[in-house]
Amino acid sequence: MLLTISTTVRPATDLGFLLHKHPDRVQEFGQSYGTARVFYPEASEERCTAALMLDVDPVRLVRSRGRSTPDYALGQYVNDRPYAASSLLAGALADVFRTARTGRCASRPELAAGPIPLEITLPALPCRGGPELAHRLFEPLGWEVEARAVPLDEGFPEWGDSRYVRLSLRGEVRLADALNQLYVLLPVLDDAKHYWIASDEVDKLIRAGESWLAAHPERGLITRRYLGRRWALTRTAFARLAELGDDVEEELEPPVEEETAAFGAPEDPDAGPAEAPPGGTAPPDGTAPPGEDAVEDAVSEGTALPAQGDPVDDGNGPEAGGRRPLNVLRREAVLAVLGELGARTVIDLGCGTGQLVGALLADPSFTRVAGADVSSQALAVAARKLRLDRMPDRQRARLELFQGALTYTDDRFSGYDAAVLMEVVEHVDPPRLAALERVVFGAARPGHVIVTTPNAEYNVRYEFLTGMRHPDHRFEWTRAEFAAWAERVCAEYRCTVAFRSVGDDDPEVGPPTQLAVFTLGGTE
Amino acid sequence: MTEENAALTGGEGPAAEAAGQEGRGGVTRIAVPEMSLVVLVGVSGSGKSTFARRHFAPTQVVSSDFCRGLVADDENDQAATPDAFDVLHYIVRTRLRRGLLTVVDATNVQWEARKQLVDLAKAENVLVDAIVLDVPEEVAIARNETRPDRDFGPQVVRRQRKDLRRSLGKISRDGFRRVHVLRGADEIEAAEVVTERAWTDRRELTGPFDIIGDVHGCRAELEALLRELGWQVGPDGATHPEGRTAVFVGDLVDRGPDTPGVLRLVMGMVAAGTALCVSGNHEQKLARALNGRKVRVAHGLQESLDQLAAEPEEFRKAALEFMDGLISHYQLDGGRLVVAHAGLKEAYHGRASGRVRSFALYGDTTGETDEYGLPVRYPWAREYRGRAMVVYGHTPVTEPEWVNNTICLDTGVVFGGRLTALRYPSREIVSVPAEKVWYEPARPLAAPGHEAGRRDPGLLSIDDVRGTRHVEVRHGGGRIKVREENSAAALEIMSRFAVDPRWLVYLPPTMAPPETSRLDGYLEHPAEAFAEFAAAGVRRVVCEEKHMGSRAVAVLARTPEVAAARFGVADGSSGAVHTRTGRPFFSDPAVAGELVDRLRRVCAPLMDELGSDWLVLDGELLPWSAKAEGLIRSQYASVGAAARTALPEAVAALEAAAGRGLDVGGVLERTRRRLENAARFRDAYARYCWPVAGLDGIRLAPFQILACEGRATAVTEPHPWHLEMLSRLDDPLIAPTRHVYADLDSAESREAATAWWSALTAEGGEGMVVKPVAVPGGPPDRAGETGSGTDPGTDSGTGADSGVRTGADPGTEPPRRGQARPSRVQPGIKVRGREYLRIIYGPDYTESLDVLRHRFLGRKRSLALREHALGLEALSRLAGGEPLWRVHEAVFAVLALESEPVDPRL
Repeated sequence: MLLTISTTVRPATDLGFLLHKHPDRVQEFGQSYGTARVFYPEASEERCTAALMLDVDPVRLVRSRGRSTPDYALGQYVNDRPYAASSLLAGALADVFRTARTGRCASRPELAAGPIPLEITLPALPCRGGPELAHRLFEPLGWEVEARAVPLDEGFPEWGDSRYVRLSLRGEVRLADALNQLYVLLPVLDDAKHYWIASDEVDKLIRAGESWLAAHPERGLITRRYLGRRWALTRTAFARLAELGDDVEEELEPPVEEETAAFGAPEDPDAGPAEAPPGGTAPPDGTAPPGEDAVEDAVSEGTALPAQGDPVDDGNGPEAGGRRPLNVLRREAVLAVLGELGARTVIDLGCGTGQLVGALLADPSFTRVAGADVSSQALAVAARKLRLDRMPDRQRARLELFQGALTYTDDRFSGYDAAVLMEVVEHVDPPRLAALERVVFGAARPGHVIVTTPNAEYNVRYEFLTGMRHPDHRFEWTRAEFAAWAERVCAEYRCTVAFRSVGDDDPEVGPPTQLAVFTLGGTE
Repeated sequence: MTEENAALTGGEGPAAEAAGQEGRGGVTRIAVPEMSLVVLVGVSGSGKSTFARRHFAPTQVVSSDFCRGLVADDENDQAATPDAFDVLHYIVRTRLRRGLLTVVDATNVQWEARKQLVDLAKAENVLVDAIVLDVPEEVAIARNETRPDRDFGPQVVRRQRKDLRRSLGKISRDGFRRVHVLRGADEIEAAEVVTERAWTDRRELTGPFDIIGDVHGCRAELEALLRELGWQVGPDGATHPEGRTAVFVGDLVDRGPDTPGVLRLVMGMVAAGTALCVSGNHEQKLARALNGRKVRVAHGLQESLDQLAAEPEEFRKAALEFMDGLISHYQLDGGRLVVAHAGLKEAYHGRASGRVRSFALYGDTTGETDEYGLPVRYPWAREYRGRAMVVYGHTPVTEPEWVNNTICLDTGVVFGGRLTALRYPSREIVSVPAEKVWYEPARPLAAPGHEAGRRDPGLLSIDDVRGTRHVEVRHGGGRIKVREENSAAALEIMSRFAVDPRWLVYLPPTMAPPETSRLDGYLEHPAEAFAEFAAAGVRRVVCEEKHMGSRAVAVLARTPEVAAARFGVADGSSGAVHTRTGRPFFSDPAVAGELVDRLRRVCAPLMDELGSDWLVLDGELLPWSAKAEGLIRSQYASVGAAARTALPEAVAALEAAAGRGLDVGGVLERTRRRLENAARFRDAYARYCWPVAGLDGIRLAPFQILACEGRATAVTEPHPWHLEMLSRLDDPLIAPTRHVYADLDSAESREAATAWWSALTAEGGEGMVVKPVAVPGGPPDRAGETGSGTDPGTDSGTGADSGVRTGADPGTEPPRRGQARPSRVQPGIKVRGREYLRIIYGPDYTESLDVLRHRFLGRKRSLALREHALGLEALSRLAGGEPLWRVHEAVFAVLALESEPVDPRL
């Protein structure tokens, strides 16, 4: 809600010329959600401070959007926008200081053209990544950074720090550059979901970053987060339920695999547990509104701006550094097993965004391919990625995609040579595994069942991993535990099992992923 | 003339069935089954359409001309005939599947055309009759000539007539039950058509029934059982003083010591109308043997033949006639009860075909045999989703067990087990032991869950929950629609996060706030809640403290054995506590288990009092931070932190500017006020947070006993009963629910309750819930069966230690059961406190009250009523012992409705 810009250039009151706002007046600028005010708490020859204060009316903020926007939630009424230096402040800054941002100043042209001593203060800056990220983003631009974390609640010291920092920047910087940097970097640091969606964000980023972004070492992260705001989705029924349970919505987001290949970021464990929830730094595919493939593709292929590895996301795990990501190895292993089994009809149970389904479709020896997932959001992404609406009839006829849950018997699961449960069982609560077993091995009863799951023993090889590899994992099995489970299933459902490993088979702890091939005979 | 075709009627009914067509004074009367396919046969111009129009409803008749019109815009476009018949067959098949009498109006003069229709009827297991309209060629040609659209020449009629003549000779072999032939225009003109009921249809009989399992010649045990059931038994008959009707599931004969004695008794009862009997496979085979057919003499047939040989010839004849006349199954009590020897899947209820009879007599077999050489049976009951109760025998089991509203009563009396009866509608099981092992079984008796060889884990089918659904509810009326999108969302939450569906027997409904208050400074106030109830005719309400925690439903069984027997959960657990979306409260199973164990101990006296081994509680789990800490930190505390960091600096900047003489207007004042609001906001949430470790610090505030054995107490008992019962729980784990009663006719009483609310919320309370004192869900539909609760008029005021009590004694106006209540009265209205609402509407909501007053309650109120009705439905189904999928359907619907878009602040 508050941003102050001070200078000690002589005379300091020239700041009024540079900002095109008179130091002795309080000026108001109407915004759709409230009022922006510019005033000067101090204005002397030695030092002059301009304050931009944003008066956000939360009621108007909500009413200025439709019901279907992501903000139509309880969170929108109890949110930090009226207090924090958010994207709203960035937007107001761009609007109020429009001319100053261009660097034009007829009355003080030299002052506008060169660096001047500046001090900028933001008392409550939402900063996802902590004070450290503020340093990383502003220091390369010539600022001396003071970023202090704000505690969540002094009454509950065990809760730790909030996501806000009190940020002070000091340096000799051209004022127009400083304003443009703030305009881009405030939302990047905020990285929240609550944004407008405009169609020309790429252009805006390029214009505002013209003089400094290309050389910034964090340009990859900046670009991704800045454009990440586009991933707002219409509020789904699912989101409404997530909220109801006193849960943080992100924790309930579907365990959809991120499109990791595009940024060269490897597997989930390598994504850094600190940023682990899907939809962390890189937008989860599930949040893309339909019809925005162009931007997604542009970003993915790195054509809009150079996309570099994000140090926060970048893996230091064993898969980093040129090796092929584990999810690719896993997919290949499953395809190889299916080939050996001679399976012609395959159902991917828990197909997520359809990566395996796509690979199966690409091989004409699979005459019937089905993908089932419990997340309708994941299925929508799968349909988009597989380009279902443009798929030729002959190929379309081989494919079925539908919502199903592995704890409910389902006739549509039946009649396949093989069923694949790739990284699925570990997302099921242990007390519910028996139901999954009955649904898959008892009722659906395909010829073969292929199960992959993480090998918990291998977790020690992930340097930065604490806990499990994905926040939605309900358990991770050692090789012995996996084998014991598989053997119990075999005894109960009259089948046999063989084990494989996926990825480097570490002599001590085994492979990162374990794979079991079950062979069932006839009806139960 | 009628061509009888008994061989093709599925062997149903006595062979000496009355002729379906009788001439009476020149009027030909044609009888067709109520649920059947009627195929009209006749050349073009023979008057089929006129005949159909006269004798059947327009929707019952499907004509080929009409279908041709549908697919070609021209009823005479012969090129469209194949497509037209596709449509015709589709309509016929759909109607027959739905059990509707259907008449096909097409020439059907060719064998192929008739065969397709006969096959279709058989595939849907309905009878099929033909009515042949045989008019002279000239008449048909003349009629066609008067119709300009029939421009084909007379040769077409002549060719059809030739086909018909060829057909008539052997039409009786086409597979029709009966072929009714009407000759000449006069006979057609004079004919009458009547429908006759199926033999299996005895829906008019409402019982009460005593349904008796496989007897197998055990006369002594049968007599003992009948006496146990209150029957007066004679040598060849029995009557019940209360007029009950016995229903035998078949297999009266073979193996046992006195097959003739059993037959004599049952035949007498059936003849006297005190019993019904369906055929068992043993009767079928014995009758064949007695008829002189070649059968393999095994499975105790020899005993029957020997015993019957000693009987007089007359009895043998009567017994054979009796057994020959037994039908496959009965539909009773308006279709709510089906009795068949080996059970019957829903699609076959009331149907007639060889396939139906075979299912009813032998069950659904896979065609394989087991290690004892006996046929392997398909577990049809596990997939049964019908509304009718299906009672059967055939497969001996050690214990009768309900599987999806079906039950097998064969407890192997002849093998030394017991003879078992089911009393309907009370669902009581009565049995007597065998006097001895009369016959050695070929394989051991199956334990419960025999069909799978292990206990059915309570699996649900996707078809129980998928897509757009209409859930029938008994309280609050009618059917509640659940949209596909909402089902899809609920499926994801349910399958990814919810506890085992066997424990998930209820989800709490949402609750509406009152109309918005006009009082200065208030958005919500008790006055509006009282006014609303008073306007709806409610005179007394209870005001319950609204605890600020997380809504919790606790399902508690006395022991793991009870959990296994009543809930089908056999993993050793004995309860669950879950959130309003069905998630477990604690991720650590040890903590969750400890909470259940402690609650079971605390509630043991309550279970004693209720005479139940289990119960379900609705309450609030405290503190809020126990479950919601993540949310509080990321949402509420974050906002507080930002506000308390930014606002002081904003105030300072504004003060400096004002100090320079700048006119900052009212902004400085407003910002100072906002700083105070931020502090209040922080206090509002912090009040509901305290540290917990394991169960230390956790409290449960129960306010309703939702259900126990045989009783959905949420439906049957008024709120004072619940509060009084729960006030007896004495344990530090339990937080009392403070409450007061208000008499809406008295201004003082209202004021007292309002003052109570003001005091409660001033000290930081969330607010209160106002509920009518009378039974919330309206009258239970069968009050006599759901048990009678403690009369709130006498007991409710006594447990005064539960908390504050002001206002009048609650016992002054006992609710009258069965009293009709306005249907749209909210079950409860929440009135939230002024400070608490900062958590909901934001720290500064008091600054914009005028804007916020424009809130729309319609959707929320409608949702609250629908979810409440669904919740009560789930509990009624649970208490009534209905199968898991039925309970789950209603619970799932609550979750699905919760995903409808409603202003989340309400």
